[in-house]
Formats: sequence, C-alpha cells, structure tokens
Amino acid sequence: MPTLVSHPDEVKVISRRFGMGAKDIEKYIELDGYKAVQQGIEQGPAWIVDTMKASGLRGRGGAGFPTGMKWSFVPKVSEKPKYVLVNGDESEPGTCKDHVIFLEDPHAVIEGTMIAGLAIGAKMGFIYLRGEYRYLLNIVEKAVAEAYAKGFLGKNIFGKEGVDFDIITQTGAGAYEVGEESALMESLEGKRGVPRIKPPFPAVVGLYGGPTVINNAETIANAPHILLMGGEAYAKLGTERNGGTRLFGISGHVNKPGVYELPMGYSLRDAIYKVAGGIPGGKALKAVVPGGASCPVLKADEIDVGLDFDQMAKAGTMLGSGGIVVLDETVSIVEFALRTIRFYQHESCGWCIPCREGTDWLKKTLTRFHAGGGNKKDIDNIQYLAENMMGRTFCPLGDAAAMPTLGFIKKFRGEFEEYLAGARVENPLIQITTIGETELAAH
Amino acid sequence: MPDVTLTVDGNKITAPAGTLLIEACKTAGIEIPAFCYYPGLSLQAACRMCVVRIEKMPKLQTACTTPVAEGMVVQTETPEIAQARKATLQLLLGNHPLDCPVCDAGGECELQDMTFKYGAADSFYTEPKNHREEQKWSPVVYFDRPRCILCYRCVRMCGEGMDVFALGIQNRGSSSVIAPNVPAQLSPEDLPNLDCEQCGMCIDACPVGALTSGAYRYKTRPWEMNHVSTVCTHCGDGCKTTLGVRSVSDGSEIVRGDNRDKSGMNGDFLCNKGRYAFDFANNIERLTSPLVRKDGKLKPVSWDEALKFAGAKLRELRDSRGPQSLGVIGSNRTTNEENYLLQKFARTVLGTNNIDHHRTADYVTLATSIGATTRANGKTRYASQHCVETAPALLFIGGDPTNQAPLTAWNARTNVRLNKARVYIANHEEIKLRRQSKAAIQVSQFGYGALAQYLAGDDKAANATSTVEQADVLSSFREAIKAEDPLIVIVGNEVRGGELANLIKALPHAKFGLTADYVNSRGASDMGVLPDVLPGYQPLTGSTIASEYSVADKPGLDLLAMFDAAAAGDLAALYVVGSNPVKRYGIDPATLGKTFLIVQDLFLTETALLADVVFPAANLYEKSGSVTNSYGDVQLVAKAADKAGTRSDFELIVRLADHIGHDIRTLVPFGKGLRADMGQTRGAQSGEADRHAVWMTANNMEPKLSPFDPFAILDEIQRVVPGYDKLLRLQLLSGNDQNITPAATGLVQIENRKDLVLPSSDTLFTSGSLTRFSPMLQDVQRHQETEVSDHLAAD
Repeated sequence: MPTLVSHPDEVKVISRRFGMGAKDIEKYIELDGYKAVQQGIEQGPAWIVDTMKASGLRGRGGAGFPTGMKWSFVPKVSEKPKYVLVNGDESEPGTCKDHVIFLEDPHAVIEGTMIAGLAIGAKMGFIYLRGEYRYLLNIVEKAVAEAYAKGFLGKNIFGKEGVDFDIITQTGAGAYEVGEESALMESLEGKRGVPRIKPPFPAVVGLYGGPTVINNAETIANAPHILLMGGEAYAKLGTERNGGTRLFGISGHVNKPGVYELPMGYSLRDAIYKVAGGIPGGKALKAVVPGGASCPVLKADEIDVGLDFDQMAKAGTMLGSGGIVVLDETVSIVEFALRTIRFYQHESCGWCIPCREGTDWLKKTLTRFHAGGGNKKDIDNIQYLAENMMGRTFCPLGDAAAMPTLGFIKKFRGEFEEYLAGARVENPLIQITTIGETELAAH
Repeated sequence: MPDVTLTVDGNKITAPAGTLLIEACKTAGIEIPAFCYYPGLSLQAACRMCVVRIEKMPKLQTACTTPVAEGMVVQTETPEIAQARKATLQLLLGNHPLDCPVCDAGGECELQDMTFKYGAADSFYTEPKNHREEQKWSPVVYFDRPRCILCYRCVRMCGEGMDVFALGIQNRGSSSVIAPNVPAQLSPEDLPNLDCEQCGMCIDACPVGALTSGAYRYKTRPWEMNHVSTVCTHCGDGCKTTLGVRSVSDGSEIVRGDNRDKSGMNGDFLCNKGRYAFDFANNIERLTSPLVRKDGKLKPVSWDEALKFAGAKLRELRDSRGPQSLGVIGSNRTTNEENYLLQKFARTVLGTNNIDHHRTADYVTLATSIGATTRANGKTRYASQHCVETAPALLFIGGDPTNQAPLTAWNARTNVRLNKARVYIANHEEIKLRRQSKAAIQVSQFGYGALAQYLAGDDKAANATSTVEQADVLSSFREAIKAEDPLIVIVGNEVRGGELANLIKALPHAKFGLTADYVNSRGASDMGVLPDVLPGYQPLTGSTIASEYSVADKPGLDLLAMFDAAAAGDLAALYVVGSNPVKRYGIDPATLGKTFLIVQDLFLTETALLADVVFPAANLYEKSGSVTNSYGDVQLVAKAADKAGTRSDFELIVRLADHIGHDIRTLVPFGKGLRADMGQTRGAQSGEADRHAVWMTANNMEPKLSPFDPFAILDEIQRVVPGYDKLLRLQLLSGNDQNITPAATGLVQIENRKDLVLPSSDTLFTSGSLTRFSPMLQDVQRHQETEVSDHLAAD
C-alpha cells in the first residue's frame, strides 16, 4: 500500500480524512460523514444541483465536464429507472488518485453516490472498480455493508419514509477501454467493453437504457464536501471556471512521489520542484507528461503553466486525470514513446479500424525503430499514422494513443533522428527484440 | 416525419427527419462508402469510411450514425475526407493478405473497390502481417481470418437478422477475430464449429473474402460465370436466387447460389437450401438417358424409341380400356406452364379427370372459402409474401416457418425488428418464432379445429383448443387478434378442409396465406392439377374452359384413389411427372404391378424404379417458365443451367402427345399470340433451339414459334385461368413478383379428403426426394448431427 504524503501547499478538501481511519463508518461519521447527504434530503434535488453548479466542479476523470450541469441534464421524469454510476475504472497510466480515495475514504464515494442519486431522482447506484482494483473491492464492499447496517442505504434511509437508495459494486475484467463511460456501461451489463454510439448520451439513455449519471470516483467523492462547505466556498479554492482542488498523482523522477491535493491552477513547476521535492540526483528535467499517458508531453521549458483545464489546453496539452509523470534527462523519448504505444496497442478494444490497426502499426514501427532497425522515413510514417488516427476513431482511445505520439515526434524529433544515427539507451527498460524474430510477428 | 432540407456537396436535398445521412445521400444519388453500415442492421460506426464534414462540427462525422437535420451543410468528398478514407484503407491493407488473385471475392470485393477509388496503393509497413490460419466452421462456411476487416456485418446478420447468434468476437484490439460462439463450458479453440442454421447469410454479408462458401470456394472467378436470376426450387416461399453458371463438357453447371443483388421479395435473404442445395443437378446419379423396361430390366434407349413406345402404349390403353383407366400425377416443382399443360394433356389428350399431385396445403379450401368475401375496406383477403414483411400484425397458426418457410420467418423477424410488428402465435409446439411474438398460445396437437371455433366466438371450444392455456389467456389472445386490423394470418398445413374454412370465416378482417412445401405447390393447385376442379378452381361444368376442353363432368380419381384403382387392376396406365408418390405415400410396389407406368424425373426414385418407361427430365434451374409461391406471388423462372441428355417436362409432354397421335396444335397454341424470350439468354441453349427448329421444319411448321416455348401456353393460361388474367407480362419478364388471387365467383366447394394433403415436414436441411441427391445437404446433416452430439457430450 502506498504511503501517504503531505506538503504545506496542499489544500485538503477531498483528502482531509486520509490517514484518519475513515474507512470505518464510525470514524467517518465522527469526521462529518453522512451529514451532507442528510442535508441533501432536507434541501431537495434543486438545491444539490445548484450547489454543484456553483462549486465549478469539473469532472475529474479527465474530460473536465461541469458536474452540476451533467446532473441537470437528466430528465426529471423517466419511464425507465435512473441510475448513478461511479467510474472507478482508473486505468490511465500514471494515475492513482481514485485508488487512494477508495483506500482511505470509501464512504465519501458512497455518500457522493447517494447525493448524485438524490439530485437526479435515482434509487440505485453502481460503483464500478477496475479489474486490477479487486483488492479494493473488499474495502468498498465492507463500507457499503456498514452503510446498509446503519440504515443509510436500503429502504427509508436515515429513517426518511420513501427515500430509498441501493448501491451495487462491480469490478471490470481488466480493460482500459471500459474507463470510457459507455463502454463501462456495456461492461457492467455483462457485454464486451466497447463504447456505444453517441448520441444518445448516458443522461438520456444510459445503463440498461435508463437515464444515467456517470462520474469519476473523485468527482463523486467531492460532492459531500461541496454540500457541507457550500458551492461558492469550494469554487473560490480554484481558478476561474475551474473550481476547487484536485488530487494529483506525481510520479517518475521526483524525490517525493505521491498523491497531493492541490488547488486548481497551481503551478506545474511548483508541483514538481516544491511539492514533489524536485528531481533526484540533481538531474535535469527532460519532459513532463502532465495528466496521464494520453496527454501530449511538455518539454522542460514548458512547465510554467497553471494546473487547470483551461491553462493546460492553452499550453497544447491536457489536465487529464491528474497523473503527472516526470521524466529526467536519462529517459529516452524513443523508448518512452514505445512504452506508451505498447499500452494503447494492448488496450485498444479493436472496434474501429483507425485505432485497432493504427496502434498496432505504431507499435510495430516503434518496436523496430527502438531495436535499431529504423530508417528516416519511419519518423514521418509514425507522424502520418498518428495524424490520421486523430479525431477519426470511434472513441477517444485512438486520440489518446495518437496525441502523445504526435507530441513525442513533434517536440523530440531531434532525439528520434539521433537515435537513427546510432544513439542508444544505455539500459533499455524494454527488451530489444531482433527484427524478424517470430515473437515480433506474434505481437 | 416531416421533411427536412439539407445541403450535400452544394446540392439541396430533402429527406424525412430522422433519416440517416448515409441513406438520405443514397436516395439523392450520392454514394458514401462504408464497410460496417448495412441497411436494416444495427449501427456500428466502426469502419470510419463514411466520415463526412458537417459544418459547425469540430471533427469529421460518420454519415451512418448522423440523422439529417434542417439546414445541415455536408461535404462528402473533400481532399480531407478522401485522405481520411485513404488512411483507413492503408491501415486495413497493412494487415490484409492481398491474396486477391486467388480470393473468391476478387472482383466482387468492397475492399478492392474502395482501394481502387481512393488509391491507397502505397504501404509504409515492413513488419510481418498478423497471420492466422484459415478455419473450416462447417461444410458450407469457411473463415479466412487474415482477410477479415472486422466490420461485424456477419455477427449482426447472424444475431439480429437470423436470430441465431452463432457468431461473436474473440479477443480485443488487433487480436480481435470473428469466431463462432460456443457454449460457455467449451473452449473456443476446441470447437471452431458453427452450430447454426447454415444459411450462409454471413458469407453474403461479408464485404471481403473472409467468409467463403464451402460449395463455391476456389472453384472459379466471378467474371467467369454467367449470373442468372431465377427462383429457388426448394420451398414454397419463392425466394429469388442468382445462380452463377459455368460451361462444362455436358452443358453448363451451377457453381454458386446467392442473392447479393437483393432482388425479389427475399431481399438479401437465402437459406441453406437456396444458397447451396443446387448441387443435386450435378449428381452423378442424374438420369441422362430414357429408360425402357425390357425383360424386366430398365435399359437405356434412344429418345425416339422411348417416346414412340410410351406414346403407342398410352394410345392403345386409352382406346382399349377407356380414358377412365388412365391416371396422371403432377409435380409441385414444375412450372405453371408445365402444370397447366399436364392437366390439359390429361383432360384433352388422354380424356380423363384422373389427375392429382402431392398436395402440401389445402389451396382448394382457401380459394373456395375466401371466395367473394373481402375485408371491410373492400380489399383482398389473400396475403402476399410482402405482407409478412410490412403488415403491422401477423398471426401464425400451426407450422414452423423457421424450418419450413425460412423466408416467411425472416420477413416476420425483420418486420418485428424494423417496424415493431406484433406477432401472435398459436401452435402445438414451441416454435422458434415465439421469440419474436407479442403473445403466443399453445394449442393441443389436434386442437386447430377447436381453435377455429374458439376464434369464431365459441367459448365451449376453449378446452379442446388447449390443455395448457388458462381461459383468460385464450380470451385475451382472441381479443388481441380480433382488434388487429389489418391482420395477416399465416396458416401451416395442420389446418385443412372444414377447419380451414371455419378459420377463414372466424377472422373476416384478416388476410390469409397458406404455407406449402415446394416451389410450385400453389401453382399446381392453381393450374388445376386436381381431379375435381379445372384451372383456377373452376367447376368441371359450366365454365368457359370446361366447354373448351369438352371434358368429362365427373370428377376423376384423386391420388390415393388412383392407387386404390391400380390395386384393383382398374388403372391401366399412370403417367407420373416429377413426383415420387410411392415413397411419399408409402405405396406398396405390388400395387402397380398391372399398371403401365411412365415416370418423368431427375433420378431413379422409388417410383421410377417401378416404371416401364423413364424420361430424364430437366430441373427447375434448367428451364424457363413461371412459378407461384405459397402466397400466390407469381415469378419468372429463368433457365440457368443445362444438362445434356435431359429435356424439360414441357417438351416431354408435348412430345408424348405427338406420339400418342394428338394434334399438338390443339394442345399448345403456338404460332400465335405473343412471343417472348423467357430468359433464354445463354449460348448453351442455342443447341436446344436448333433441335426444336429441326423438328418443326420436318413437320412443316414455321420454325419461329415453338410448341416447346412455355410462353405459348402462358397466353392460354392468361386467357382461361381466373386471376392469372391480371398478370402483367412486362412485370413478369422484369423479374418482379405479382400476387394472384383466384376468381371470386364460380368456384366449387368440394368435399376434401384431409389425408390428401400430406405435409412433407421438411427441415432446413431436407427437400423431399432431392435431399439425398444433394451431397451438400448430406454433409450439412452430418455436421449438424455431430454438433448436437458434441453438445450433449459436453453437457
């Protein structure tokens, strides 16, 4: 289990119960737990949605869609049951924030789910964990059972006549793709994890055909805190149009890696050099992947940027899922590009041609390039492939594979060229496969 | 839906709101390429070929998932779009084996066409392609995995279209492959077998050569075949099929059957038999020489000898023992023209009403019961096959369309899927179509008569109708179908005679269709191959045709009575055309000991084995004419193949009449009326035409108009058979179907022996006597048997 880290620059909202034993329901209640949901029952759905809108909270999964607005899209009246779905399929490489929430504060997710349910008029919520988080399932299930035992879940919750809410937990089978909301619904329904055609969007036709709110676990876990502190107060913590704080998982070549809660708009440079303690051994920074593997890379001279959705977009990358990966000067970008594309090639669901075939050819070409069999045309070909995947795929996975690849090629083209000229990685992390071996053909 | 106006490539087009952009463009004549889009099946947006630029949208959009909207401005062929499509093709071709020179689909491949159009000829990849071994899934379905582009058409066709769900997707990403679904307890690697209806729809849906047909693969190239559009011979549904034909040393053989041009009422549908079971035509056991019994054994003789012998003998027996000692049994696989000619031959050449055929549905009762009645709006009460696909409500009483009338089942499923049609089922078995039904009741096995009474309002019949259903279930079923208007009732062959008449009376608002077993079962009845009615179900006395024929007014012997007469020694001669009554009705061979038997068939059937003369006949794929399906939809049959040594039934009947000494000018009114080519477009037929010309010249006839031309008799059919007078010749020749309704008046109600209607209970893999002569059907049957036993073993 990861050790918790802390830094004075942190603004603790969602992480304020971390390390305090809040997995236990008694402790959670002691730390203001389950107050927000009761307040929500009193004040009604409109108040919840208004508060969420005022908070400026934007989806923490990566796309940054305003949460209050998402909740308000769900039709008031529906023939089919409405659902709340918590996306705990945290699979973006470099991201490990939801993991800490489930580990340290699972009741916040449960309470947040109930609040979302109250807001849209759903009586059932699902918490979906990624397949590899099976060990967290015990923690979450125990928390759910405790809530049922207390009468916080089930029929007439908190003794309120006619207020019902149930929560079901589920794990995936190990596919990055089901982190996409509609693919997650397919998976939850027991089908292949392949995204659905949109529209209709989940708010109208979602899980089992019912209107569904699907939010990232961190987004959902923020809801109780926002109701307790008020939307405006939460919004003030962040920057304009980027309310509040968020968890950043800083990893890679830093002295103090870990999950930190920083206010939106916090400087990326400070996050690396102050909060995470800088780069070990006094080495120079080469690049930063700022928000999970799918975000275009930032070069060392591009890190004077605020960590919020809008500033990052302006810098030509994305805030994404908050997984900051720091690379020092020893990292070979060729190898890093290959590692990245190997992931996406492995995780492509195979549904659409550009992603299925594109990631495969990117991987094959980069594998050969990495092994020393590259030629000058390869660099152009990689760029051509990535450019022709961008915006052409069925779901964002194709973009997620193409964007970083384009970033590597455009920003570090020189390094690719040097590699061609004979520069090599000293200690390659990826086994170099000789060209033509059967293993290469098989992958 | 109101229409919206949008701009596509600068042209204003209008389409109903909600129409998919790809369809709206197609209607306007703008083709948008697509692999995964298939009309009628669920949307995928997987191939990304149909991307278009829509104004105000940030990315390229897929035309297959975008509904048209008012004011939409669309570009479908800009350099940006062409580049997107080209890149997609390059990606596909990167892993494609490019074995086009040997691929079955070469020349008919959508991937080839697209590559040609977008010029994706350059490749950047030097790595090995992802190769996988080819798999045999069944005797008729092979899967060449590297060729697959994963458009999922086959998966959807099988699941949504066929309701079989035999195919699925294995693995993910670039390892994804289409694979047969297997029971959970079996490993997919153990059983790459298809447990399905073997319809081959997946093969037709495949845009490339990934799925190939066991009957056709590696046999020829598409451009080396002639493609002849005709009608399948196997069941009464009347599917159009396009036969791929190639010249061989003894004529021309069929190498492929499909309906990729989506013509006819079956659209793209064909079942296992329609697609593959043409191979009986090339069976080595096919008769190719006339046989005459000499010294107790059937010996091959010349055509002249056989015809002369048979004709002389028939004449002698007619003159010595009287016309009433002669009998004729017709076929439900021969054309309308042949059926008409045969009954005319019996009635005017032999002079007897002793003519019948193997009936598989009670069309006489259908015609006489509906009679002059109409629906409340004055419209007809005869259903067409098209009604099954479009009507808002269908009621199936008896029968199992999935097995016996696969197109009817397909149309019903399509109707439910696309139009939300309501299907009601009353059956004594749990037929598969129940899965699409809104309501279903289980009738007792012999409860159909009671059901008719119950539907007519007799509550006392409830107990006899069903021993399973509760009274309230039955009554709500009855109320539901009474409330459906229009309602199409499709009746299986369990319901006949008085029961059928009661049923027709009980549902006066409904249109009716009877399912029968072979291609021209309805036509045989319509054409009067019956002992007690003339063509068009006209009475033996009083009608124009009766006076023209100067036919005996006493009904003749029916099929069973003929064999009774034979047993009693009263049947001097029997002429059997395209039928195997000895096997079908379980006739004791000794019965025919004193009867001079002439059999005209493809094979030496149980009946032919007893014959004194056997004529080798052409099958339905080797002749022209018209056929009428179960519902009364008439279609043109075009000559596709040719087999040396055989002759069409039409020609044989005329020849026999000639040898009996009858003036064939009175049998076939050739030499006047319209002359039209009934699809004889192929070079192989010129030999036949020459043969006819030589014969006619020798007989001082003008060799231009042949008595062997089925169209000569079609003129007469149209003149004298009620209903067929409405047939439009141009429609027929264009390959369109037309629904025929028998006359409303002047019909005669007959007492019907119920046992004359003998359902053949064919399955998806049998087709009467033809089954055992089709190696493919035999193969598939064996495959299905092992499939079943495999599953049982696994359970």
